Amino acid sequence: MSLESLTYATASELSSALHTGKISAVELTEACLNAIATHNSEVNAVITLCEDAAIAEAKAADLQLHNGSAGPLTGVPLLHKDIFCTRNVPTTCASKMLRNFIPPYDATVVSRLRTAGTVMLGKTNMDEFAMGSSTETSVFGVTRNPWDLNCVPGGSSGGAAAAVAAGFAPLSTGTDTGGSIRQPASLCGITGLKPTYGRVSRLGIIAFASSLDQAGPMTRTVEDAALMLQAMSGIDAGDSTSADLEVPDFSAGLNQPVAGLRIGVPKEYFNHNLDEQVAKKIHEALDELVKEGAELVDIELPHTEQGIATYYIIAPAEASTNLSRYDGVRFGHRCENPENLNDLYERSRSEGFGEEVQRRILVGTYALSAGFYDAYFKKAQQVRRLISEDFKKAFEHCDVIAGPAAPGTAFPLGAKSDDPLAMYLEDIYTLSVNLAGLPGLSVPAGLINGMPVGLQLIGRAFDETTLLRMGHRFQLRTKHHLARPTMAGANQ
Amino acid sequence: MSWEVVMGLEVHLQLATKSKIFSGAANQFGAEPNVQACAVDLGMPGMLPVLNSEAVRYAVMFGLAIDARLGKRSVFDRKNYFYPDLPKGYQVSQFFEPIVCEGKFDIPMEDGSVFPIRITRAHLEEDAGKSVHDLYSGQTGVDLNRAGTPLLEIVTEPDFRTAAQAVAYLKALHSLAIYLGISDGNMAEGSMRCDINISLRASGSEAFGTRTEIKNVNSFKFVEKAIAVETERQQDLLESGGTITQETRLYDADKNETRAMRSKEVANDYRYFPEPDLLPIIIDDEYIEAIRDTLPELPRVKQTRFISQYELSQYDAALLADTPTLAQFFETAATVSKAPKLAANWILGDLAGALNREDLDISQSPVSAEALAGLIVRIADETLSSKLAKQVFEGLWQQEGTADAIIETRGLKQVTDTGALEAMVDQVIADCPDQVTQYRAAEESKQKKLIGFFVGQVMKASKGQANPQLLNTLLVSKLGES
Repeated sequence: MSLESLTYATASELSSALHTGKISAVELTEACLNAIATHNSEVNAVITLCEDAAIAEAKAADLQLHNGSAGPLTGVPLLHKDIFCTRNVPTTCASKMLRNFIPPYDATVVSRLRTAGTVMLGKTNMDEFAMGSSTETSVFGVTRNPWDLNCVPGGSSGGAAAAVAAGFAPLSTGTDTGGSIRQPASLCGITGLKPTYGRVSRLGIIAFASSLDQAGPMTRTVEDAALMLQAMSGIDAGDSTSADLEVPDFSAGLNQPVAGLRIGVPKEYFNHNLDEQVAKKIHEALDELVKEGAELVDIELPHTEQGIATYYIIAPAEASTNLSRYDGVRFGHRCENPENLNDLYERSRSEGFGEEVQRRILVGTYALSAGFYDAYFKKAQQVRRLISEDFKKAFEHCDVIAGPAAPGTAFPLGAKSDDPLAMYLEDIYTLSVNLAGLPGLSVPAGLINGMPVGLQLIGRAFDETTLLRMGHRFQLRTKHHLARPTMAGANQ
Repeated sequence: MSWEVVMGLEVHLQLATKSKIFSGAANQFGAEPNVQACAVDLGMPGMLPVLNSEAVRYAVMFGLAIDARLGKRSVFDRKNYFYPDLPKGYQVSQFFEPIVCEGKFDIPMEDGSVFPIRITRAHLEEDAGKSVHDLYSGQTGVDLNRAGTPLLEIVTEPDFRTAAQAVAYLKALHSLAIYLGISDGNMAEGSMRCDINISLRASGSEAFGTRTEIKNVNSFKFVEKAIAVETERQQDLLESGGTITQETRLYDADKNETRAMRSKEVANDYRYFPEPDLLPIIIDDEYIEAIRDTLPELPRVKQTRFISQYELSQYDAALLADTPTLAQFFETAATVSKAPKLAANWILGDLAGALNREDLDISQSPVSAEALAGLIVRIADETLSSKLAKQVFEGLWQQEGTADAIIETRGLKQVTDTGALEAMVDQVIADCPDQVTQYRAAEESKQKKLIGFFVGQVMKASKGQANPQLLNTLLVSKLGES
């Protein structure tokens, strides 16, 4: 295998190459590190590189591959979003506040993927504290979209999406609070899955909005996503909200046909908010699934529009208190020479947090304040229930809901930076899925003017299996997921 | 004008679970600063709380003990405020839906009456750490060992009218917590801390006056004093035409005064909302009944039983039933000696005194209940006079052996042999002719006083071992012969 084909191969392909001895984990790791060394200066997807540790892990993986104790992910390189705590490796949330924070523990997701034998190459860029849809608010600078370096990769898991798209690693982890896996996956032309809330442990993931946050795989194919989700899933005694449910064999379910499955098409996802060309691509994608025997059903999700307002009360409210621990007392940024306690708090937090993070802390604090709680937070919780009810009713008529993952393709850097509301609209099709706690998958559905579009599939709670099955069937039928960006020097 | 004091109490009871309420760190007092705080307690990024089911069990035990309605579904909330000893910037508590709802509490008063009060609620929450202001000059240290200690906050209705009622409630609550085994009840270590909501109103008035809240009073004595000085302060203010400001105040024990906390020590808007990192606590009847089955005999029930079974006074019964250890000690001593009243007197008298002197707890008593019973048996069968008994007790305290062994080795047996005693009496009468003459010449009422001299002389001669009743009879009869 050539270096380029190595770094654009899927994890499944690499796994069999590793198991049959066609390549070693060390060679594969070096190829990825090489790709990062060549292109990261343009993309800025990776903000911490663990070269020595990665080679050491790769050597250990090679030993396992030799002595027969290797699993399907042994020796496969991956990158972690910098929101996952990684033992002895900086974990910054792309914030000045945590720029020097080195956790003494691994997130459960990290340790599970470690146990599965993956090789951690480093950490990826993101919007500060996962608050954003463009990866432009990072203290480490913007991440650029490998398909067009003048465009954003989406966010907040923009570094993770760009890294997979740029051939830095076949796998990366992401987190999704309102669309932070699916929207960048859509904008970077990769596969991204937000599992059901509770499927994957949140322990060790730096909290943004606890009732919405969920970690998931970002990969080149649905097949890889199934493989990676398998390693990430399952109850964790350290996360009370992780679900005590048996984890199905996701890979085993992939090859079932989709014939007879009903796909709900919500009319609210195809209104004026959606770019016409994107709408066309999504309809084309649905036609392909119909050819596989799936049936399209018109459904309604009447509270979709209210989802944004609801989300932008609940998420900031939870964030405002989740981020209270960054007070300059025990860890994180502390201002110089504080005059007194209030000065310590005010300056440490004003200096340590960026503008968008501060905006959300203020919004959230306001929404929880005495006299406003009922009008904002409580009301938002009520609407949240209505949104869940919408989905429940819709799933009486269909097995999967399909629509766009984002209203358009990647936009130019800076285009929405000064317009928070326009930025928030990026998540209009994704965030109600978080509010309802459901699984959502974004798979590449083609290009518009050379830029990727993602098809989003939404499933019933804990039914990732059906989503993955449909996504896989789509990828067996179409070749959209094989398209690669034409970065200078990259394999064409 | 006469005033009525109206008070409601909020007690923070530290629960004696092995580990903290939301982490696996040990829940103990007195370790080096910050060695008993894990990543969860420190509020490290990405850390999540996991509820200690033992804390839930303790709360349910308490709820059952006060006949409270239990919240079948209760929810944790975040109480948000910034302070250096509050690592997460919020305290996890229960605001909207507590685990223990309305209950009642019958408080035994010293005069034997019962004062009933209403419990509003009791909820679970985590304790904060401690700010240490006196260790580093000009700086404040933060000790997070206490952060995450499980607390049960018990809130009453404004049912108290006197400091005595408030203190009696706190003592009864303290006793109950120890009976249930849910708290070590160590007040000096902060295991039970009290906030007092207090207001005054004109006697006969229905409407409540403006209240102040006195925070964190941690001894029965201070509660009594704090109430007294705050009542006086409010009364003076009201009578001089002033108004009470609703505020949080601190009781300063050194100056015996309350003073308003600086405004920045008081956060006004806690922005409560449901804690998304924890699931609601759901308890069902089966769980509740299983816990009910494990409840011990509670203090009030035990007291009543002591009164009827052992014929004790209300006062003695209340004292003896105060802690399960003391009650057990008494029951053993009473049963073995078959003299419950004597046992009660000795435990509450000489033993309590000796323990107090040495600052010991009943559980540390060098005299076991069985050993004390051995002594009591010898008092009951008149082997020992009360004076001799004190000497035997001293021997028991020094652990010289059983009461009988001490009587033997110290030769403390009471002289009840009439012949031997008669000889001693005769000798004394012969040795003291002047006193005998004086006695015989005295009025009968005066004789009673004068006989003490002869008792003393014979006691001296008998080395205190003469049986006092027998001696008295002999003396009266011999001196009466002229």
